[in-house]
Amino acid sequence: MTTTADRPAQEFKVVGSRPIRHDGVDKVLGRAQYGADLKLPGLIHGAVLRSPYAHAVIKRVDVSRAEAATGVFAAITGDDMPVTAPKMVDMVEEVTNLKWSSQRVMAHGKAVYRGHPVAAVAAVDQNTALEALKLIEVEYEPLQAVISLEDAMKPDAVIIHDDLEGDHLGEKVSPTNVAEHTRTEFGDPEAAFAEAAHVIERTYTIARAHQGYIEPHSSTAFWSPDDKLTVWTTTQAPFGVRSNVATVLKLPLSDVRVVPMEIGGGFGGKIGLYMEPLAAMLSRKSGRPVKMTMDRKSVFDATGPGPGGQVTAKIGVDKDGKIVAATADIRYMAGAYPGSSISAATAGIFACYKVPNVRIDAYDVVINMSKTAAYRAPGTPQATFASESLISELCETIGMDPMEFHLLNAAEEGTRRPDGPVFPRIGNVACMEAIRDSDHFKSDLGESSDGKLRGRGLATGYWNGGGNRSSVTISVNDDGVVSLVEGNPDIGGTRTTIAMQAAEVFGLPAHDVHPTVVDTDSVGYNDLTAGSRTTYASGQAAIEAAKQVVEEIKKRMAMIWETEPENVEFEASVFQNKVAPDQRLTFKEAAGKLGQTGGPVSKTGTVNVRGSGGGSFAAHLVDVEVDQETGKVQILRYTAAQDAGKAVHPSYVEGQFQGGAAQGIGWALNEEYYTSPDGVMQNSSFLDYRMPTALDLPMIDAIVVEVPNTNHPFGVRGIGETSIVPPAPAVGNAIADAIGTRLYQTPMNPSRIMEALANKRNGKNGH
Amino acid sequence: MHPFTYVAPRTLDEAVAVLEQHGERARPFAGGTDVLVQLRGGRFDLDAIVDLKGVPEATALDLNGSLRIGAAVPCYRIYEDSAVAAAFPGLIDAASLIGGIQIQSRASLGGNLCNASPSADGICPLIVHSTVAVVQGPQGERRLPVEEFCTAPGANVLGRGELLVALEVPAPEKGFGAAYQRFIPRNEMDIAVAGVASALTLSEDRATIASGRIALAAVGPTPLFAAKASAFLAGKPATPETFAEAGEIASTEAAPIGDMRGTAEHRIELVKVLTRRTLAIALERAQSNR
Repeated sequence: MTTTADRPAQEFKVVGSRPIRHDGVDKVLGRAQYGADLKLPGLIHGAVLRSPYAHAVIKRVDVSRAEAATGVFAAITGDDMPVTAPKMVDMVEEVTNLKWSSQRVMAHGKAVYRGHPVAAVAAVDQNTALEALKLIEVEYEPLQAVISLEDAMKPDAVIIHDDLEGDHLGEKVSPTNVAEHTRTEFGDPEAAFAEAAHVIERTYTIARAHQGYIEPHSSTAFWSPDDKLTVWTTTQAPFGVRSNVATVLKLPLSDVRVVPMEIGGGFGGKIGLYMEPLAAMLSRKSGRPVKMTMDRKSVFDATGPGPGGQVTAKIGVDKDGKIVAATADIRYMAGAYPGSSISAATAGIFACYKVPNVRIDAYDVVINMSKTAAYRAPGTPQATFASESLISELCETIGMDPMEFHLLNAAEEGTRRPDGPVFPRIGNVACMEAIRDSDHFKSDLGESSDGKLRGRGLATGYWNGGGNRSSVTISVNDDGVVSLVEGNPDIGGTRTTIAMQAAEVFGLPAHDVHPTVVDTDSVGYNDLTAGSRTTYASGQAAIEAAKQVVEEIKKRMAMIWETEPENVEFEASVFQNKVAPDQRLTFKEAAGKLGQTGGPVSKTGTVNVRGSGGGSFAAHLVDVEVDQETGKVQILRYTAAQDAGKAVHPSYVEGQFQGGAAQGIGWALNEEYYTSPDGVMQNSSFLDYRMPTALDLPMIDAIVVEVPNTNHPFGVRGIGETSIVPPAPAVGNAIADAIGTRLYQTPMNPSRIMEALANKRNGKNGH
Repeated sequence: MHPFTYVAPRTLDEAVAVLEQHGERARPFAGGTDVLVQLRGGRFDLDAIVDLKGVPEATALDLNGSLRIGAAVPCYRIYEDSAVAAAFPGLIDAASLIGGIQIQSRASLGGNLCNASPSADGICPLIVHSTVAVVQGPQGERRLPVEEFCTAPGANVLGRGELLVALEVPAPEKGFGAAYQRFIPRNEMDIAVAGVASALTLSEDRATIASGRIALAAVGPTPLFAAKASAFLAGKPATPETFAEAGEIASTEAAPIGDMRGTAEHRIELVKVLTRRTLAIALERAQSNR
């Protein structure tokens, strides 16, 4: 692997520029084909009957009347799904029990979340399918719903899965709702707390928040008479869908082809299976291609938000404000099946600091709500709300400036992350310094004209980012334009950022590389578009492929110039014979000569990028104004600084910083699942779920910090996720600064702010 | 969705006849911004929707001192009419607030009233303007004050075959001013956590309140006319102290629940604040209305 750490800064021609995105015209003109846009000959439409109960035994499902209705082609229930025995399998994005993966997409005997599919039909059109659902008879025996940590973890808890065997610090425990209890320990935190000059401990509650992608899930399947299955779906993980569908439906892997449609937002929520196996089974029964599209209510009820939970954090400092120890107890509600990213929470909660003594306990707890999914830096914003709020309060208590505290304690190259790995070169301090030197930090808050209260908050955040497997194929056309075939659905401008990295190798303009995202039969294996890995890892596959192309063309030029390939140099998009320097051809000229020198040039770069994505740190600064008469919070100014390593396309990098900040502000202020005691979400619409709109946000200033990643030839870091980590605590710290009291719960909505103000008047604090 | 018939009558009589024939299985239809959403959401099934946009009485907007707003007149026509906007700023507060620009191009104040949501932005301003609802039915026309129109969440006084034809807003007296504000956690596209409309008429001395009206949104099963707070205003000086006291009284007339949009305690506080704030704006408007 090339390293850049000890070399002077690289000069780039394409990387770092801002070309128009390759898919821009199709998207602007509405021609891009999203999941629901698909039209196929003979296409029919499916609909899902969902459980109205969060927890119920399904005693009987009768679809016979629906099946007999005019216009209905097929109906399925849990009985139609292949029977799967309990077995732990690696489903790419998670290690899970196969039986649960199958049951999650279609209930069998028991519904374990509100919105759990109980039956499905396919009909000539969507309305006919929806009407047919009303003809399905289901007999439920409602059970007590378990929807809080307290109810799930108490000794006599109602057990959701009889066959769940918990792993509690290595011990097998059953029955339980606690799927996993992990512990990370280093040093002796108790001894360090005992000697600390100051120790602070608080408990924070974080609400479930949904990814809120604008495009609802849409999947189409066609089960051919030769038992080959094609799935068109809106997904971040076409290869993951392929293997998971094959596993759940008991098909040979290669008999499933997955065509990723254009994707209208994912944020981690479009990784798992939802309707793909149902559409496949309906297609098998009907002989027709079947399309299934969720409505927004189903998206909220039955797809994964990020987990909510409770985090208790404790920090001790010495007399100078240096951290001597930290502990945390992280409890996340996974939803109806295990798997709530507690390991990322453990990695992230104190990652920004040097912590010599640490212990982190984490619990993955099942409850009767939809299975949570990855959501942008999974598990980390929740934990960081605790740690960064706590540090802000600590600074207040010991009278230390938060900026000074951060710089004094900041993790840097060589620091051991609390869960073990040692940081390579990172931009943690550089981001904090970028904020310190910003116009925003230097300006004062200003006065509100009408008696409203203003405050400023600072917080940091971290996400490691992933590498893993990618495969990219590049073919050279006669005119010197190259086509680039990749397997990662584009959710952040990654067609362009991958193409730009190949263009950099060729010395070609970005638009002379034509990127296409293709189906699973048409490109080598690619891990999912997630984990901030796509630009970073698939970019490396593109660089690898491009280098192979260059080497091949050097051989061809050597043939023409009757010299040895090692005498051919390639620089600034020109091939040159270093023995006879007047023999030179540009890349474009050379491309026209490939047919005569051995035929087409097409090369595949494959990578399996091991270990860390390099880690991207961020520091966010926010000013708020609070109307103390109504509890309303207005975000006045927001600055996000983050380490991009090397920003391939700075506009997209800035967009990721801004998008993550916008989502995090939503977590901070208003977003939550407002749920009845029996586990029914009350606000399952965009009207009442209250994500921020454009009018609720200022223009977010993005500062792109570039500390090259030693693991990438151009120094690139994955940057998509960190930006959602700092906003909730930054906003919380700003609110505390404004109103003089602190909230320990998200969302910090107006009713809660009014309550906090009333408590403050009555001399109570919130913790 | 159950299949339904779309009927587009040209006269009030035709509309009444269709509605009478179908009873509860038919609904009048103006912008459709509530009915279509509720149909798609499965809240109820219909056999017919009766589009009032072809009925002249329902689509007319007449300003002649008093204002007559046809039940199907979309919000944008109200606020884009400069004479109406100048004379009834308290109504414009609501008409320019409901939904967003696209919704305002379709949604009507009449539909907002018939939908009878407790949190409706359009109803409280109509109440403080002493608006009369004109209803046509098989037995002919009847008229009632808008505050008597809604009977429960989503329910109104309309009987079989009846429809709302128009809203009649009296001409503002000299010294009259009105305003509406709602509280939402965001800045747009949201449902009121609480809303207050206030109106006052100044006496000849321009310092004393001759009469006032206050109405409250999202703090009871229907939009509420705050009778006690309204009565309190009469004869009082138009001062911040009076407005604050009116807010306190209005808050005792509110009967909010706590739900996903806000707690009951928060709503009570909001009634106090919004009453004060809207009375202050109403006063400014009253002072410029000579």
